[in-house]
Amino acid sequence: MERNPLRRQLQMMRKSFFDQGYLDDQFVQLEELQDEANPNFVEEVVTLYYRDSSRLILSIEQALERKPFDFNKLDAYMHQFKGSSSSIGAKKVKAESTLFREYCKSGNKEGCMRCFQQLKKEYATLRKKLEAYFQLARQAGPMETACRPK
Amino acid sequence: MVVAGEVLQSGSSQELHVLAVDDSYVDRKVIEKLLKISSCQVTAVESGARALQFLGLDGEKGSVGFNGLKVNLIMTDYSMPGMTGYELLKKIKRSAAFREIPVVIMSSENILTRIDSCLEEGAEEFLVKPVKLSDIKRLMEDCVTRGETEEQEGRRVHKRKLEDDNLNSSSSSPLSSSPSTTASFGCDISIPELLSSPPHPSKRAKLHDGD
Repeated sequence: MERNPLRRQLQMMRKSFFDQGYLDDQFVQLEELQDEANPNFVEEVVTLYYRDSSRLILSIEQALERKPFDFNKLDAYMHQFKGSSSSIGAKKVKAESTLFREYCKSGNKEGCMRCFQQLKKEYATLRKKLEAYFQLARQAGPMETACRPK
Repeated sequence: MVVAGEVLQSGSSQELHVLAVDDSYVDRKVIEKLLKISSCQVTAVESGARALQFLGLDGEKGSVGFNGLKVNLIMTDYSMPGMTGYELLKKIKRSAAFREIPVVIMSSENILTRIDSCLEEGAEEFLVKPVKLSDIKRLMEDCVTRGETEEQEGRRVHKRKLEDDNLNSSSSSPLSSSPSTTASFGCDISIPELLSSPPHPSKRAKLHDGD
């Protein structure tokens, strides 16, 4: 059990992400790539993800307002978005992306719009959680080992 | 944590240079890290067109990349705008200079027909995304194994060539038939059979929870 109270808090926060289904194993894969040369690798990738995917979110939003609805284009955007989300282990966001693509394939406009609202919520929630996590990690100081057992 | 670099060092003295192709910035960053941690040199580009440019296949001469490093392995995403990974694969396999370079396809979609067509076109492996460190480690082991096998095959080929030369030395006609022609081996030791190693059953059968 971690003696340092900040580290313990960090550990508990991290565990909650997995227990509550926000993150999946891919996040752990990224953590295992972190080393002394790149101690902030995970934070860098997550930052890159939010910066990169915000453009996609905007494109999807614009496409949802266009008439007529272009399901193929929406599906293509979502395919990209889902890929990036999957790469950082964003489990709930990925699930919403999958659902969105199902609605695209079945030509369900209402479904797409509802699903996208939910997706944006999950996307924003995860962002807040991870921002708090990385901030706490910086406060807690460098870890002795780069990767923690699952 | 066991690093794949340990496997590499025991087999070869050189680092592998991998050309990674992916339109996703996030994925490029991750694959770059995965490969660097596995002791590879990495060049990551964002499209098939850029990959061909790097290889010098876009009409310009030269079989090495801009920085003069020979490419030992190409890893490409399947779904990319413009040129897909499949199209890139075909272009590489149809080029005399680069067809020997193993090409690995990465895709988030585990579609059997897609896997089959890639393997048929000569892809070395089909990896389901997101790619893990264990996938890279296995790739590195396969590459090293093939490298060692090729070295052994190369020695055998050279030996056969010497034997043929001895056989032909007594004949005056340059067109006299010999038991085995050495012309086909050329200056590159490339044994086509080695490239079509059977795909790992785990990859074909693996059901990704995503799609």
